Amino acid sequence: MGLLSNAAALLGKEVRTEFRSRELLSTTIVFVLIVVVLFSFTFDPTTNESHRFGPGLLWLAFLFAASLMLQPCFLREQTNDTLSALRLAVSDPFAIFLAKIGANTLFLLLTELLMLPVFAALFNVNFRGQLPGILLTFLLGSLGISTAGTALAAISAQARMRELLLPLLLLPLLAPILVASTEVTVGLMSADPVMQWKGIGFLAVFDVVFLTALWLFGEYLLEE
Amino acid sequence: MAKRVVLCAAAVLLVIAAAYASFFIAPEERTMGDLQRIFYFHVSCAWAGLTAFLIGFASNLLYVWKRNEKYDWLGVTCAEVGVAFTTIVLISGPIWAKPAWGIYWTWDARLTSTFVLWLLYISYLLLRTLVEEPNRRALLSALFGIFAFIDVPIVFGAIRWWRTQHPAPVIMGGPNSGLAPGMRPTFYFAVLAMHLFMWFLISERYALEKLRGDVEVLRREAETS
Amino acid sequence: MASPAECKVGLRFEKVDKRYGTVYALRNLTLTIAPGECVALAGRNGSGKTTLLRIAANLTRPTRGSLSFSESTENQNPHTGFVAHATMVYDELTAEENLLFFAKLLGVTKRKERVAELLFEVGLDERKDSLVRTFSRGMRQRVAIARALLANPSLLLFDEPATGLDPEATTWLIGRLRTLRDSGCTIVMSLHGESEVARLATRAVRLEAGSVVADTRAGTTFQSVLSFTGG
Repeated sequence: MGLLSNAAALLGKEVRTEFRSRELLSTTIVFVLIVVVLFSFTFDPTTNESHRFGPGLLWLAFLFAASLMLQPCFLREQTNDTLSALRLAVSDPFAIFLAKIGANTLFLLLTELLMLPVFAALFNVNFRGQLPGILLTFLLGSLGISTAGTALAAISAQARMRELLLPLLLLPLLAPILVASTEVTVGLMSADPVMQWKGIGFLAVFDVVFLTALWLFGEYLLEE
Repeated sequence: MAKRVVLCAAAVLLVIAAAYASFFIAPEERTMGDLQRIFYFHVSCAWAGLTAFLIGFASNLLYVWKRNEKYDWLGVTCAEVGVAFTTIVLISGPIWAKPAWGIYWTWDARLTSTFVLWLLYISYLLLRTLVEEPNRRALLSALFGIFAFIDVPIVFGAIRWWRTQHPAPVIMGGPNSGLAPGMRPTFYFAVLAMHLFMWFLISERYALEKLRGDVEVLRREAETS
Repeated sequence: MASPAECKVGLRFEKVDKRYGTVYALRNLTLTIAPGECVALAGRNGSGKTTLLRIAANLTRPTRGSLSFSESTENQNPHTGFVAHATMVYDELTAEENLLFFAKLLGVTKRKERVAELLFEVGLDERKDSLVRTFSRGMRQRVAIARALLANPSLLLFDEPATGLDPEATTWLIGRLRTLRDSGCTIVMSLHGESEVARLATRAVRLEAGSVVADTRAGTTFQSVLSFTGG
């Protein structure tokens, strides 16, 4: 069984499992909602301020939510040691990572898309016509968050204080994603929407770099 | 033993000499006067910190490949030394910013990147305290160290591109751009001195880690016999 | 999918150490298992049996020394079936879903039939649509065994196989192991002492403090290797 077919099978299982209970998605969506509402409440921004700071707060909320949402992806595999079963069944351990990255990206994307209209309403932001650009930003940003996050989740699952450790390791590492995604989103949501291809390129480079790093070192992350 | 004393003496002497040069030999800066002299320490520490992290990165890679504990010892050593130098950078920044600008902190590219760098390696050190089994700890921290170092240029890039709307401290001028020729000798001397000092710190810290490793081996042998 | 008789797998542990901090789980372990042997691994808790099995399953690397496989036919990877203390199946999936999933990963041909066949064999075909979370320990063990047998393994590693099984399931397991053994599958199973399962073995090895201390190949009787008072 090749790498891609293994990854596809695993991805299918992850998605199917999640959609059965929807516990991860529902808690993540509610968390992002709470954070966004609290930000709006705390800062009470004017329209100008909303346009300037809104996207940053949105991505910050996504980042916080992700650092919590990514926890279970390897912790779940520890309960019955299913990780060992996967390692035995799969020809290339990278398939396990690809699948989990795919699943996590999908869940993050869903959360972000559901949050978009809420955010637009709360922060008085108009993004009509810029949807393709926003989707692309969300996709590349979420992929970066998931890639780094899944790798670090594999590390933190083997340490103590893992609930605090993952955000601790992840948030500084993802600072560039935060900056780049925010800038691109600000450009798309401003009164004169502009597409910053530099930012998109940057996000893509981040994704490629970390996917490559994971491809090179992933099997060591799963070692016992 | 003699080697260590020589290294220590040389490092300390060179740092003192660099300090002397910064205060008395380097020309006075036009706008800021004597306050600018902190630049020699600030930037040379930043470079020494980065060098330490670079050596750490190499030893992380070597550990994952060879699994020799020496590389783990070197890894944690370089991380700690790097964090020490980076802390100096973060402290010396506000020290000149306050009298120069009236504010302690400015989110300029250099300082922001350094702060994120500092946070990354603090996380590395924290991770080490949270994994008990030595081989596991060595492998996991080496892997995180690799990811962290890969991120460093990306962090610097992102912040340079998008976060430099704050007026960069013009006084600094930047190490390679606009550094007055009269300042260059002192600057390079300071960089050299800091690197020697870094080497001294690394060898001492490494020796300590090696001692710990040797104690472990002895304890193991004692338990099994 | 080649049947076990065509792929005979031998194992060779060469001076293997496995260290966790200051604790040696395995110490200078040298052991050669011939293709087709059915080995009973005896020893107290903490003697290294589980570690040995995990290394054989390629889940853990030795700290020092090596493990090599020998196959008496050209075959890339010995299919290994592993049954451990943990069930290694997903609680939130049904028995059938679990097996179909692993069968897919392993590239088993004619998945649905194979899974149905195994579910029937282990006596779970009536509960195939129930979530594993609702199963008893014995039922979970049966799913675990089914999972291990999915790809017709040529090497079977069992960590205390009969744990949690009722007498009927134990009888089935013994019969199944006997068939596998007779068809050439190499089996290594860790046990606590003498038992019905142990009688299937063609060889017994005793571990203590991470090393081999007794081996029926060296002439010691099965009884003394397996019993606690043996030496």
